[in-house]
Amino acid sequence: MIETDWILGLVGGLMIGVAAAIFLLVNGRIMGASGLIGGMVDRSGWSNAAERIAFLAGLVAVPAAMVLLVPAFAGTSTNITGNFAAIVAGGLLVGLGTRLANGCTSGHGVCGISRLSLRGIVATVFYLLAGGISVVLFKHLLGVI
Amino acid sequence: MNRNLFAFLAGGIFGAGLLVSGMTNTDKVQGWLDVFGDWDPTLAFVLGGAIIPMAIAWQMATRRARSVLGTELPGKPDPRLGHNLVIGSVLFGAGWGLVGLCPGPAIASISYGGLGGLAFLIAMLAGMLAAPPVRKGIDRMAAA
Repeated sequence: MIETDWILGLVGGLMIGVAAAIFLLVNGRIMGASGLIGGMVDRSGWSNAAERIAFLAGLVAVPAAMVLLVPAFAGTSTNITGNFAAIVAGGLLVGLGTRLANGCTSGHGVCGISRLSLRGIVATVFYLLAGGISVVLFKHLLGVI
Repeated sequence: MNRNLFAFLAGGIFGAGLLVSGMTNTDKVQGWLDVFGDWDPTLAFVLGGAIIPMAIAWQMATRRARSVLGTELPGKPDPRLGHNLVIGSVLFGAGWGLVGLCPGPAIASISYGGLGGLAFLIAMLAGMLAAPPVRKGIDRMAAA
């Protein structure tokens, strides 16, 4: 592990938790990324569309500004795979899976585990296990990523 | 108006945290998930760091009748697990491991994710659109 990685992970994680805390205590909402965007896609969340759009706008704008203006983040890349089939398959799986499970890393992981929700804990165990197996399969065994 | 302002603020801090932690860097995320290979445990710091302020917030929320802006606070967590929670989480994890992006980071990285990131985002939205009919199909099979 690169030495600063865990510090950046911890600081970034604390920021994620503070964002979720604000959204809960001020807005009364659970900060789940897949639910916030998914409710716009399938129209189930159109009754509070403005709040969702404002959240998503901040989610896009602040990292964009940081990469543009903060030298430490200049030239940031996601390092996403060049394998287009893998990208499409992965996107479909993430979209379908998070909506079937009613949550992702933020909703089940951060907001669920922090109030000891059984659903959040079970979901996190299964997506971490599946994620680990997926990396073994596609990276080490098949070598497609 | 205030609701939208604080939603923007929460979304912005969330996005900054995703960028700083490395959650939008697919190489790092795949290394964090690579428990059977050259595993890097940083993900535990990200998740742990995020859970601490949120656990305090849940404690504060139990002492309040309503949110600061007067909206209703979330009810108690649903205790029912169900097959869709497990099936969905397994599919999500498989896709997360394959590409290294989960929904928050996929959106947060729009400005620097390039064409690959855009393709992932479009596929993710398509998968979300497919979820209601797929859920019906799974429920029908489970009932049979």
